[in-house]
Amino acid sequence: MKYRVVLRRRFKTGLLFEGVLPVLSVAVALVFAGGALSIFGVSPVATYRAMFRGALGSGYGLSEVVVKTIPLVISGIAVALAFRMKIWNIGAEGQIYLGALATAAVVRYFPSGNQAVMLLTMTAGAALAGGAWGYAAGFMKSRWNVNEVITTLMLNYIGLHLADYFIYGSWRDPSSLGFPMTPPFPPSARLPQFFGTRVHLGIIAAVILVLVFRLVIRWTRWGFEIRAIGDNPRAAVYSGIPYGRNVELVLFISGAIAGLAGMTEIAGLQGRLQPGFSPGYGYTAIIVAWLARLNPWAILVVSFFMGVLLVGGETIQVIMRLPLASVQVIQGCILFSVLGFEFFRNYRVFLVRKESG
Amino acid sequence: MEVLIPILAAAVRSGTPILYATLGEILTERSGVQNLGLEGLMLMGAFMGFSVTHATGNPWLGVVAAFVKGAAISLVHAFLSVSIGANQVVSGLAVAMFGTGASALLGRKMVGLTVTGFGKIPVPVLSGIPVIGPVFFDHDPLVYISYGLAFFLYWFIFHTRPGLNLRAVGESPIVVDAMGLSAARLRYVYTLVGGGLAAVGGSYLSLAYTKMWSEGMSAGRGWIAVALVIFALWNPVRAILGSYLFGGVGAMQLRIQAAGTSFPAPILMMMPYIFTILVLLVISVKKGKGILLGSPGALGVPYSREERT
Amino acid sequence: MSTVQQEPLVTMRGIEKVFVGVRANAEVDFDLDRGEVHTLLGENGAGKSTLMNILSGLYTPDSGSIAVKGLPQAFRSPRDAIRAGIGMVHQHFMLVPTLSVWENVALGLEGNSILMDKDLIVKRIRDIQDRYGIHVDPMTPVWQISIGEQQRVAIIKALYRNAEILILDEPTSVLTPQEARALFETIRQITAERHGVVFISHKLDEVMDISDRITVLRKGRKVATLPVAEVTKESLAEMMVGRKVVFQVGKTLQNPGRVALEARDLVVRGDRGRTRVDHFSLDVRQKELLGLAGVSGNGQEELCDALAGIRKIEAGSIKVDGYELAGRPIREFQKRGVSYIPADRMGTGLVRGMNLRENIALRKYWRKEFTRFRFFIHWENIAGRTGQLVERFGVVHPGLGYPARMLSGGNLQKLMLARELTDDPKVVIAVQPTWGLDVSATLFVRETLLEQRDKGAGVLLVSDDLEEILSLSDRIAVIHNGRLMGLVEDPDSVTEEQLGLMMAGTCLEEFRPHSAEAPFAPGKVV
Repeated sequence: MKYRVVLRRRFKTGLLFEGVLPVLSVAVALVFAGGALSIFGVSPVATYRAMFRGALGSGYGLSEVVVKTIPLVISGIAVALAFRMKIWNIGAEGQIYLGALATAAVVRYFPSGNQAVMLLTMTAGAALAGGAWGYAAGFMKSRWNVNEVITTLMLNYIGLHLADYFIYGSWRDPSSLGFPMTPPFPPSARLPQFFGTRVHLGIIAAVILVLVFRLVIRWTRWGFEIRAIGDNPRAAVYSGIPYGRNVELVLFISGAIAGLAGMTEIAGLQGRLQPGFSPGYGYTAIIVAWLARLNPWAILVVSFFMGVLLVGGETIQVIMRLPLASVQVIQGCILFSVLGFEFFRNYRVFLVRKESG
Repeated sequence: MEVLIPILAAAVRSGTPILYATLGEILTERSGVQNLGLEGLMLMGAFMGFSVTHATGNPWLGVVAAFVKGAAISLVHAFLSVSIGANQVVSGLAVAMFGTGASALLGRKMVGLTVTGFGKIPVPVLSGIPVIGPVFFDHDPLVYISYGLAFFLYWFIFHTRPGLNLRAVGESPIVVDAMGLSAARLRYVYTLVGGGLAAVGGSYLSLAYTKMWSEGMSAGRGWIAVALVIFALWNPVRAILGSYLFGGVGAMQLRIQAAGTSFPAPILMMMPYIFTILVLLVISVKKGKGILLGSPGALGVPYSREERT
Repeated sequence: MSTVQQEPLVTMRGIEKVFVGVRANAEVDFDLDRGEVHTLLGENGAGKSTLMNILSGLYTPDSGSIAVKGLPQAFRSPRDAIRAGIGMVHQHFMLVPTLSVWENVALGLEGNSILMDKDLIVKRIRDIQDRYGIHVDPMTPVWQISIGEQQRVAIIKALYRNAEILILDEPTSVLTPQEARALFETIRQITAERHGVVFISHKLDEVMDISDRITVLRKGRKVATLPVAEVTKESLAEMMVGRKVVFQVGKTLQNPGRVALEARDLVVRGDRGRTRVDHFSLDVRQKELLGLAGVSGNGQEELCDALAGIRKIEAGSIKVDGYELAGRPIREFQKRGVSYIPADRMGTGLVRGMNLRENIALRKYWRKEFTRFRFFIHWENIAGRTGQLVERFGVVHPGLGYPARMLSGGNLQKLMLARELTDDPKVVIAVQPTWGLDVSATLFVRETLLEQRDKGAGVLLVSDDLEEILSLSDRIAVIHNGRLMGLVEDPDSVTEEQLGLMMAGTCLEEFRPHSAEAPFAPGKVV
């Protein structure tokens, strides 16, 4: 008896399916990553256990996870906005750095004793700087059709080195014993922290952004426009929606939001600008947005999960002396697995008995 | 001129890993698949080449192992892009992440070790030619192979039967299928070969360039190679020029630093990336909004034969 | 052309193929003899292409048997079919645009060496060209040659592989009547060499002209196979549709009013930067349907894109109701009452992933009645409107919240008409609006367009179907290579032949002097 696989296109998916599929794909990814780890000579059980304990085993760990969730949510929203229009903003990392850089510049050149004023100017500066970084890619795309994947990627590196230029150069704290970092920010330039943990005001910003994102995409004209462009740019142009202008606008806003993540990160957490302050939030944001299928609520959940991974990664770095980059093995596996499971979202698979022949 | 020779020679050396990766990606993209994961593939190649060479003492085995490893990781990408029809940008990023992480994890015990690797073998006669000789013919064998490879691939793509199939499948897979060739199989083959070549480029770093392993040693070359494919307009011979240009920028950077000038290092470090953007800009502005010459029409678009909507 | 037959070239028995729950072919039998032209006739979606895609190895049948020259075959890929001597010229030709003509012919040729003998291939191409009288320069890249020439390349490609069974899928839809006749000559040449030709079409006139036998398919099933002597156009049409068909749409005469759409000296570039519309002028008056005839790919789509404000114009003027709109944003065209039904429904007119409500909203969401507080969309109003429209235009749908890609071609077109033809447009531009639709949907679309005309709109109808143009138009303009070849004031005064010559690039003036009062106004409008 022979069987034949028959595929049928799936047009609508149920809520249960939407919920189960990501969980299943992450579970499979963890199994695969575990397999990879054991091939690399690391015990997956010990690794996962250490990661779990480090991230969720204590109140402190949990609060650290939330701390990492904040920039992931913010930059995840930034990336998701661009992805909604099928614009590949791979440059959130660079935009985060630019936001942080602008924040440090505001603190250095326009200090104020008033916390509210400071907060406002830092936010504006960070959003403008991050936005400019995004806009650069958008401008080149809309004018000359330069591939935004490449430009945003390159801008990441440029942004990172630009920050280094100042941190290692004129902004370096003379009293830092040669460590590359700016002087600590004054209290007025610090975001308030809550519950005696390092969880800071950024969490409010993150939640607000999630709500606004939902509102914009679902209920506004502009949201409709960018969804139309994302689904079918030709039809959008036919409908009178300007493509180029929206590319520029979306990349500006996306960059601005990511820039905000840079601001909350250094004003809320670090209190100064130092190299490598972001452990690749901008890249992880891409996983977040993708795994969440651009759904804002899901972005919250996925960001938290990625936060667990990052804190877990730090734990295994300390306890098991594994390189921090090991987390990327797990992240890569998750992406692979999610992409693979995408297939089941698009197709229903049947086994059909084959007649002889 | 005399002063320039060492810089030019260094440009060739420093451009060689980029050249391999770019050539690989040209093959992959010509078949209609985009693999953004070169950075991860190069790192895996660098590690694989190094560890096999360290174990066997034979750098050639290291290169072969790197190729196989690169092809093996690309198999996942090929499966997702070709068989599943998944998003290639995301899959490529996953390759980059996985490769970066896995190489770091695997290589953690290799840090600090060295290998003999590849040494300089001047080409008789040719290396005696003034300027050209020391710049192009006073290197290790992998450099010479890369020359040959670039010209071979040019010939292969534009003048052979499989090359014709390759160009066709990147442009119109449905036509290739209708002519009785399997579009999927072609895409698999070139994605694997392309990934293998990127990994060979990585192995050049650990076997010839530095002769040691360090985490993240490809330092963004993989991303630059992705951009270089556009600069080269998917033409292997133009890739030589592009790779050495970038190699030159990298070599200059080292030299300026070594000279102990006060020129800030971060500014030097960002030069290749600024340069990449500028180059892309020039190409795109020149072409206007028209279609980039050589850009495969079906690049990044999944294809399945019996899809009816 | 019937001779004593030994063995049929092709025998297909009981062919079954199911796609996504639709039986594209059900128990179909089909034979092809040596030296005959066997036509497959049927409406769009009747299963003609599916059957031939099975014969050419692109699809595998779910069940059924195929024999070629008496030998049973189980094609696993097109390569097997090519080896068996089957050559298919697809509707979209299956050529790689960036490759040259000879490279396209060489693609997929079997051979052991990785090298290609270019000189030999080119020489053989030239031999075939001489033998069948089909000429194309082998060195030119395919994207630079006309669609008619591309078809010749596709035929050469099949003949190069010694195809004894040539399948032509809707070959005349892209040709002028003259080019079609040249093609028929080639076909006769091929059958004279005792090869067999399968001809797929839904145009009854040419079917009667070229066929030896005709097989009619309807909804995937074979209705009948008959020699051409035993059928009439009417009986074929009835078999195709399953009931009696009235070909004429009821067209009442109208007195055209003022000029609704005026275009002067338009110059428009195509996607590859070449000039596609070259100093084109035209007027569409109120209560008038102006037919624009031409072989597809001669700048019609670029022209219409420009007239609807979607494509930038290099020079010229566009006036709607007297207002100059050249260089203005698309939305202004919309506000002035320009409706546009583009040729590419799924690619341009609708968004496949969006639901019916959103697709209705697509060109109207910015209107006051559909927004709240200016920036927000009033989805309730849009849903209400969608419900009304869908009912009025008879769109069959699974639910307003389902994505558009679930709708059939006819219903998609109705959805688009529903969006574009409400609110009394002043100008309606419709490009190939009946392409790919079945008879009843075609009738619906044509009647709806005429209804718009009667209500006072100026309708510009672009079609490569001359029958459609002739039966619907009040006046006919002909475009060739982006230029206006002539304007026919009275469609009854012109023959298909004359239109065909204009479509092939002959200016109207050149064969003008057969009428004293000059029904034509070449290149210029009143």
